[in-house]
Amino acid sequence: MASIALQGVSKTFHNGQVAVRDVTLDIADGELLVLLGPSGSGKSTVLRLIAGLEIPTSGRITIDGGDVTRVPPQHRDLAMVFQSYALYPHKSVRENLAFGLRMRHLDPAGVAARVHETAAALGIEALLDRRPAQLSGGQRQRVALGRAIVREPRAFLFDEPLSNLDPIRRVGTRAELALLHRRLRATMVYVTHDQEEAMTLGTRIAVMRDGAIEQVAPALEVYHRPANTFVARFVGSPAMNVWTCASRRVEGRVRLVSPALSIDLEESGAAVADGVDVRVGVRPHDVDLVPHGQGDGTGRVEVVEPLGSTTVVHLRVDGSPDELMRMIVPADTPIAADQEAGFRLRRDRLHLFDGRSGRRLAEDSAWRP
Amino acid sequence: MTAPSPATVGGSWRRDEARLGWALALPALGVIGLVALFPIVWTFWESLHLHDLRMPWRGRPFVGGANYAEAIADARFLEALAHTAGFVAATVTLEIGAGLLLALALDRLARARGLIRTAVLLPWAIPTVVAALVWRFIFESPAGLANAALVRLGMAPPTWFADAAAAWIPLVLADVWKTTPFVALLLLAGLQNIDRSLHDAAAIDGAGPYQQFRQITLPLLTPALLVAFLFRTLDAFRVFDIVYVMTGGGPGTATESIAMYTFTVIMQNLRFGFGSALSMIIFAVSFVFALAGIRLLGGHAFEDRPA
Amino acid sequence: MKVPAWPLVTVILVGAILFPLCWVAIASFTPESRLFAEPALVPDALVLDHYRALFGGRDFWTPVRNSLVVAGATTAFCVALGATCAYALARLRFPGKVPILALVLAVSMFPQISIVSPLYLVLRELRLLNTYPGLVLPYLTFAMPLTIWLLVGFFRQLPPELEEAGLMDGAGRLRTLWEIILPLSWPGLATAAILTFLYSWNEFLFALSFTLGPERHTVPVAITLFRGQYQVPWGQILAAAMVATVPVAALAFAAQRRIIAGLTSGAVKG
Repeated sequence: MASIALQGVSKTFHNGQVAVRDVTLDIADGELLVLLGPSGSGKSTVLRLIAGLEIPTSGRITIDGGDVTRVPPQHRDLAMVFQSYALYPHKSVRENLAFGLRMRHLDPAGVAARVHETAAALGIEALLDRRPAQLSGGQRQRVALGRAIVREPRAFLFDEPLSNLDPIRRVGTRAELALLHRRLRATMVYVTHDQEEAMTLGTRIAVMRDGAIEQVAPALEVYHRPANTFVARFVGSPAMNVWTCASRRVEGRVRLVSPALSIDLEESGAAVADGVDVRVGVRPHDVDLVPHGQGDGTGRVEVVEPLGSTTVVHLRVDGSPDELMRMIVPADTPIAADQEAGFRLRRDRLHLFDGRSGRRLAEDSAWRP
Repeated sequence: MTAPSPATVGGSWRRDEARLGWALALPALGVIGLVALFPIVWTFWESLHLHDLRMPWRGRPFVGGANYAEAIADARFLEALAHTAGFVAATVTLEIGAGLLLALALDRLARARGLIRTAVLLPWAIPTVVAALVWRFIFESPAGLANAALVRLGMAPPTWFADAAAAWIPLVLADVWKTTPFVALLLLAGLQNIDRSLHDAAAIDGAGPYQQFRQITLPLLTPALLVAFLFRTLDAFRVFDIVYVMTGGGPGTATESIAMYTFTVIMQNLRFGFGSALSMIIFAVSFVFALAGIRLLGGHAFEDRPA
Repeated sequence: MKVPAWPLVTVILVGAILFPLCWVAIASFTPESRLFAEPALVPDALVLDHYRALFGGRDFWTPVRNSLVVAGATTAFCVALGATCAYALARLRFPGKVPILALVLAVSMFPQISIVSPLYLVLRELRLLNTYPGLVLPYLTFAMPLTIWLLVGFFRQLPPELEEAGLMDGAGRLRTLWEIILPLSWPGLATAAILTFLYSWNEFLFALSFTLGPERHTVPVAITLFRGQYQVPWGQILAAAMVATVPVAALAFAAQRRIIAGLTSGAVKG
């Protein structure tokens, strides 16, 4: 297994589109790094740059310390699982699996042995003589995986491998991939737009937007201490509530004021100056529903979404008609649309971001590892 | 950090791929250069010289635009031009009209699509000379099918191929018969690209079939119609095979097309210089139409998607 | 228009298209004396005289053989050279691709008459007049651009992930082309081959100009030169016309879907 590093890598396409801006990233040997972001964020391009399917406009890419920027993909010894699987339609499953090994001039006996071994591990031995067109989606996915595994490459690259599966199978395969990672102790780079996938699979997550990396950190850190409002709202579902307040220093403490509510901060106040705009974020899980008149603010319930184990309540906040406060409440809570209600924010779960840049303000007491 | 230019990052790899690309492309391109580009340049060069193979003692002197001047003043050339223009007008109009009708009919086919499309393809697929002979046979005097039919209807048929005006009819018919299917197929493809739901929406809004045709079908079919128009004009302008086989340009030179005249000048009169000038004129006109056609086919044809 | 109208239109149009061919087919089996007598839709006598005379007396086998050789060779060269060129143009990165594509397209629209004289002189110099290569080479003028254009469009439609998967698996460009792309390309290659064969079989002007004697005449030329005899042997001419039609008709029948797809892909102009 190998480590992968990108140094100042940029990619501008011929039509002028800047896909990747000055990305520097270190992927350790054996880690599963998830590239997470919306479409157009550049995550797939970064993956393809690592693979060698695109040539960077500037920067360096190294694998295990060796510069591969000038090395074409067939010599980088990486394996890639494509979103569409890209199985060779005219070859049997066996031949699909054997292809990479044949390219490395392995002897036929060795090829057969490895193919058989991998097929057995993935449970697709019975399919070896079939063509991809005769397989189901899930089976094709396994063959695509097998094709990568059988080669024992330096690292694995995954391009949204689960997005073609139905939701149930997606969860199951996700767990298998996690298991695979543990078993092989392989270096994996994984691209997805699904933040749930990223959270469950990644050793670390690199959140990308517009070609740049917004934050690289272990999953829970990205969740509990997002580096800016973009990451805060992208990771976690339902999305974090974020609204703008003005800060005021009152008797040595900081008070955040918005048309809808006013919050006194306890300890974290030190980082906040007086009279600036602050963006405050709180996750729906950290907002409690309280009777009207109590709590930090009030509003009218607009939508109630029962999810079975919990319920999502959307509240139109009084005083800020543009703001919706989302909160998660227990499933049996007696609440209905058009009711008046109040909400209370857990003080120890507030996230503070700079009003202009959106960047996280210095320490608050919220997160503990 | 200084940004290396795209050409240097991944340098040798890009070069290798470029080299491979050229290596793969060169054989074919070389052939094309040899048998197409070189000759056209040569023809242009030749058109600026006096080169009569029947009079080799005159050598091959440079005469500049003399050949072109002669062409413009040549009565036979101008007549051939007029013939060709008339031929183009008649055939293209008929082909587009009949082609559209056929395309609309084929679009509504429910059954036997394959069989009917094969049948429709046949005239396009057969050699032009065969088409010319078929129609020559039908119009042959005195007892060809056409004459027999006209006599049955009580009319006195002309001696088609001896009549300067009447000879055009079988010519035009043969060309229309041969190429309408191709136009129809082209337009059919265009028709099938039109979203059915547009017609459904129009029907719900109360539009009848004729209105739907005028407001939806025709506008959306315009690109295909234009392409068909341009390329058929291009081909009709260059017509040779049909004329040569059916009438030989006759009677006399009454049905001579430009290409036929050029052929006669070159291969029979052996006047290569003058003939080359005529060739270049044909080429220039064709080029204009071809250019317009390429523009129409769209820049999308030149989009790049390397792997 | 009411529903019954369109099927009627279809029948009329298709009938008009097929009728001349059927008429000629029947005529080719009609004795010479009856050819211009009362034309009857249902013939009373069918004979093979014309065909026998064609292949017996006139040796029509030779033109048929010539056409097959020339068309076959042209097709083989075109597909082989054109496919590799098309792949490079479609998938590889190198400078000058757009001008090349434009050039290829432009060449396919050259009027044949415009290059007849230089080709004639060159072939005469190389002593290739009245030979097979002397015909195949000029045919490549229009056949090669056609093939390239068709195949470029076809290759572009193949999912790029397939080649990328091949590259990731360690195969170089040529390997990927040979093991992955070409096997999957046979529909496009077949279309290109069929269209090239059709065009080559039907070609007239070059064949007329570059062959000098009956030993190398192709079918279209041979038929045309039946004329100029003392009397026009219509029976044999029509029989020859049918012989010329049969291979291409068979191709059209077998491959109509492919042909139409190729023609309407924007690659071909007629």
